[in-house]
Amino acid sequence: MEKIINITLKVWRQKGPKEKGGFETHKLEGISGDTSFLEMLDILNEKLVNEGKEPVAFDNDCREGICGMCSLYINGHPHGPDNLITTCQLHMRHFKDGDTITVEPWRSAAFPVIRDLMVDRYAFDKIIQAGGYVSVNTGGIPDANAIPIPKPVADEAMDAASCIGCGACVAACKNGSAMLFVSAKVSQLALLPQGKPEAKQRAKAMVLKMDELGFGNCTNTRACELECPKGVSISNIARLNREFLVAKFSD
Amino acid sequence: MYWLFNSSIGRKFIMSISGIFLLLFLLFHMSMNLTLLLPDDGKVYDMICEFLGANWYAVAGTLVLAAGVVVHIVYATMLTLQNRKARGSDKYLSSNRTETEWSAKNMYVLGLIIVLGLVIHLWNFWYKMQFAELIGCPDAVTGGSGLVKELFSSPCYAIVYLIWLGAIWFHLTHGVWSAFQTLGLSGKIWYPRLKMISNIVSTLIVVGFAAIPVYFMAVHLLCGNN
Amino acid sequence: MIKLDAKIPKGLLAEKWTNYKDHQKLVNPANKRRLDIIVVGTGLAGGSAAASLGELGFNVLNFCIQDSPRRAHSIAAQGGINAAKNYQNDGDSIYRLFYDTIKGGDYRAREANVHRLSEVSVNIIDQCVAQGVPFAREYGGLLDNRSFGGAQVSRTFYAKGQTGQQLLLGAYSALSRQIHKGSVKMFVRYEMLDLVVIDGRARGIIARNLVTGEIERFAAHAVVIATGGYGNAYFLSTNAMNSNGSAAAQVYRKGALFANPAFAQIHPTCIPVHGEFQSKLTLMSESLRNDGRIWVPKKIEDAVAIREGKLKPTEIAEENRDYYLERRYPAFGNLVPRDVASRAAKERCDAGFGIAPSGLAVYLDFSDAINRLGMKTVEARYGNLFQMYEKITDQNPYETPMMIYPAIHYTMGGVWVDYELMTTIPGCFAIGEANFSDHGANRLGASALMQGLADGYFVLPYTIQNYLADQISVPRFSTDLPEFEETEKAVKARINKLMNIKGNRSVDSFHKALGSIMWDYVGMARTKESLKTALEKIKELKKEFWTNVRIPGEVGSLNTELEKALRVADFFDIGYLIALDGLNRNESCGGHFREEYQTPEGEALRDDIRYSYAACWQYTGEEKDPELVKEPLEYEFVVRQQRNYKS
Repeated sequence: MEKIINITLKVWRQKGPKEKGGFETHKLEGISGDTSFLEMLDILNEKLVNEGKEPVAFDNDCREGICGMCSLYINGHPHGPDNLITTCQLHMRHFKDGDTITVEPWRSAAFPVIRDLMVDRYAFDKIIQAGGYVSVNTGGIPDANAIPIPKPVADEAMDAASCIGCGACVAACKNGSAMLFVSAKVSQLALLPQGKPEAKQRAKAMVLKMDELGFGNCTNTRACELECPKGVSISNIARLNREFLVAKFSD
Repeated sequence: MYWLFNSSIGRKFIMSISGIFLLLFLLFHMSMNLTLLLPDDGKVYDMICEFLGANWYAVAGTLVLAAGVVVHIVYATMLTLQNRKARGSDKYLSSNRTETEWSAKNMYVLGLIIVLGLVIHLWNFWYKMQFAELIGCPDAVTGGSGLVKELFSSPCYAIVYLIWLGAIWFHLTHGVWSAFQTLGLSGKIWYPRLKMISNIVSTLIVVGFAAIPVYFMAVHLLCGNN
Repeated sequence: MIKLDAKIPKGLLAEKWTNYKDHQKLVNPANKRRLDIIVVGTGLAGGSAAASLGELGFNVLNFCIQDSPRRAHSIAAQGGINAAKNYQNDGDSIYRLFYDTIKGGDYRAREANVHRLSEVSVNIIDQCVAQGVPFAREYGGLLDNRSFGGAQVSRTFYAKGQTGQQLLLGAYSALSRQIHKGSVKMFVRYEMLDLVVIDGRARGIIARNLVTGEIERFAAHAVVIATGGYGNAYFLSTNAMNSNGSAAAQVYRKGALFANPAFAQIHPTCIPVHGEFQSKLTLMSESLRNDGRIWVPKKIEDAVAIREGKLKPTEIAEENRDYYLERRYPAFGNLVPRDVASRAAKERCDAGFGIAPSGLAVYLDFSDAINRLGMKTVEARYGNLFQMYEKITDQNPYETPMMIYPAIHYTMGGVWVDYELMTTIPGCFAIGEANFSDHGANRLGASALMQGLADGYFVLPYTIQNYLADQISVPRFSTDLPEFEETEKAVKARINKLMNIKGNRSVDSFHKALGSIMWDYVGMARTKESLKTALEKIKELKKEFWTNVRIPGEVGSLNTELEKALRVADFFDIGYLIALDGLNRNESCGGHFREEYQTPEGEALRDDIRYSYAACWQYTGEEKDPELVKEPLEYEFVVRQQRNYKS
């Protein structure tokens, strides 16, 4: 009943950001379909360590699809060939016996490779630092129920806020654009009354930072939305465009 | 207003505005073309042609239109170059298998095909009409219906034009909703509506344009050389 | 021996925190700029503390093990956060939240701390809403609540099934704002390797840059440990892969006491283990027990047939199912607290009624709920959890019951801190799950988020000033001081020792072996014998680790195997402490269940006369057992009772 497969892995290996990388081929046998993709890489690494070789470096942490740390580009898709999941939620049952699986790091000029499959996504943090917050200090806050927020608005803000900052949108975009990421945060805070007072400033500052960091221009291909593990919608991008244009025209 | 040129959304704004402007021109041009189908041997059409001719308002309109085209192309090139740079130098070995719309990923290539078609088109018509009139050439054609008939009596030209229109259709199906998305005039509810409007408008325009070569080619093939 | 002073303020329970704040020392704004604070960790506790301290004007250095502060494992909390807002008008109050928490913790927490926690819980919700946290709302636009285990009121605020994520992102945004302002300096992909103590005070840390492998020194006037719990000592847990107990172990080795290590919470609803290569266990929210019914087959032959794949759960008739929680605890049924539900599942599986090929699983069945409420309602309530379950197991929980089994989830024990959240090393503070203070022997659902944020936003920013007020004349430290030199040398020696073993076994294989010792002998049900066995086995394994581990790669560059090795080395010490503490505590309470100490019905039997204390362990050297220091728990305001969930 349980599916057992043999696979060939083509894995990207790269010593450091400046060094030249290349693919390495490994064969793995007897992988259970219930194994997650990252556990399969654990098996590979265990094998490599036992052979005295350096294991493949890849980012991962929570392994339950919420921290956004895992970031593998598998067979032409960020987070692999299944919808609405992160790499850690991908299971080997999605592959066939004898498959060759290509594993690559996110590729974008703004996400340089650190080692093997690990990339540096601090650019995302810099964008948030530029304005992805409501400027309130701790304490001295009015009661949480002081401002009622219509449920549909709160729900829509929640949908935007479900972004996990993994970078799959940038990895999938042929333009290396971070618009889905930026728009998710701008949307969440633009929708809520708490975020409205500095909505204009926020949209401008975050877009400026995004451009400065070398992300591409959005051409509405929708690849980001289709590959987003949390299903964040491009309607957020439309809202960001609106917020930004209104802010600039009202200057 | 410096932001229009140095921010990604500003640049995209220019793309959408110029695109929408060109779309409006296409609608006008298509409507005008359709008068060729009136059973009046091209009289109305020629009247419009003569009305426009090389008059100052037509020349001004042409210049604005040309500017629109140039801006659209220049910005498309600029954005494409920037986007390639943002993508980084390493390409994916396993390519990109996200199932997006084909046209969305090939707007620039489609644009190039359209420009190529445009050159042929200008050579076929504008050069012999408004341009000739402007430089005071005595052979300048003032009513274009004859040119149309003549051109599309060649099935080769008709087919080239149809291919060109195909490229325009693909370009527009993505371009129209995309322009509204960039202007921020989309959202969860309006996205599917805009997609539908986009498809309808593109199809209308392309079918309207295609009717002319198809009609004249058919007339030529079925009724001989009259 | 060290004398413990919890520094609990005088006065009535409800006035202690106010009194403290009214009389504590403060640091004026000009002086704040001159004081450096190191915060290790960026989760709910660390992130909120770093942000709040930055806002106050302190110069904060914040260390993050992941590539971004937004990844801390607080993000994985699903269910919600408790607060005594009484928005539902169902009789909630600060006292009631305090009482539920004390009782839920099986009367092994400090009254004053827990009351303070309940008091500030209301501020947390206000704070988070102001930050733009999209909590669930009613149609009228006001905040919605749900109920959670161990409470009779609805006081849990939630944001879909991603409350932890939203709260963390709120703290992360506040933190990002301070980073932008320059008051917080963020160090990502750094791991603390040791605490630097100068003249008995915490004055800095040694950390490893995980990208370059460089060992670096950082000095400050105070160090805050906010590195979470040590559940990964069990290898398989609901913790993240990078979650570790190393910072806690480091300060413990430097003289801080480690309190109640045996109090580890085992969560009853996790997806069962499927194979030897499993790397972690996934939690299914406690909220599922609201509508799901837990059962195993009544007949042992049915259970065997299911294990062999010959029978499907849906083929077992109603009368042949044993809804054991409803049978044993008629009053609370499927909603008994976590420790009780976990032990009951283990009892059934040990008796041979477990399902799944391993025999280590029970059913969580929604067929009744679907019949009663309809598919739509069940989907609206649990859709995302069902989808998550299906992605992992490839089984559709709408059609066949879910399989669940308990797993290590949270550790109530941790670094001992006083009322001010300071450890026994002056200047070294511990907050959030890393400390031991608020949950006693068992934590109630939706209380971890509350405690992390309470410590970070509303407690530490006050109490740390009481310490720092004396430090304003102390100039910034140079990292060239001999203490830094020595500590760094010791860290490097430890690393080199590990690298030079060049043995035959991978780090993971040791970690797994340690995990299975911990689970088998220091797990849900412990005995004197099992704990003694564990101590022996851990010692042996630790010895083998230090002589036979194989770490490929170099010291001076990114080396994930070395990172893991350093953490596993600390897990040996922590695992040992857990077993030792369990052996010392001859009673059953909360997450700590000793089979020798149970009522005739199999319930936990507490011994308030002999064990009403926090067991604090003091490090005495590498080869020696630590010494036990007791902090007696005085119950001035609450009368202790046997927890009863039957009637």
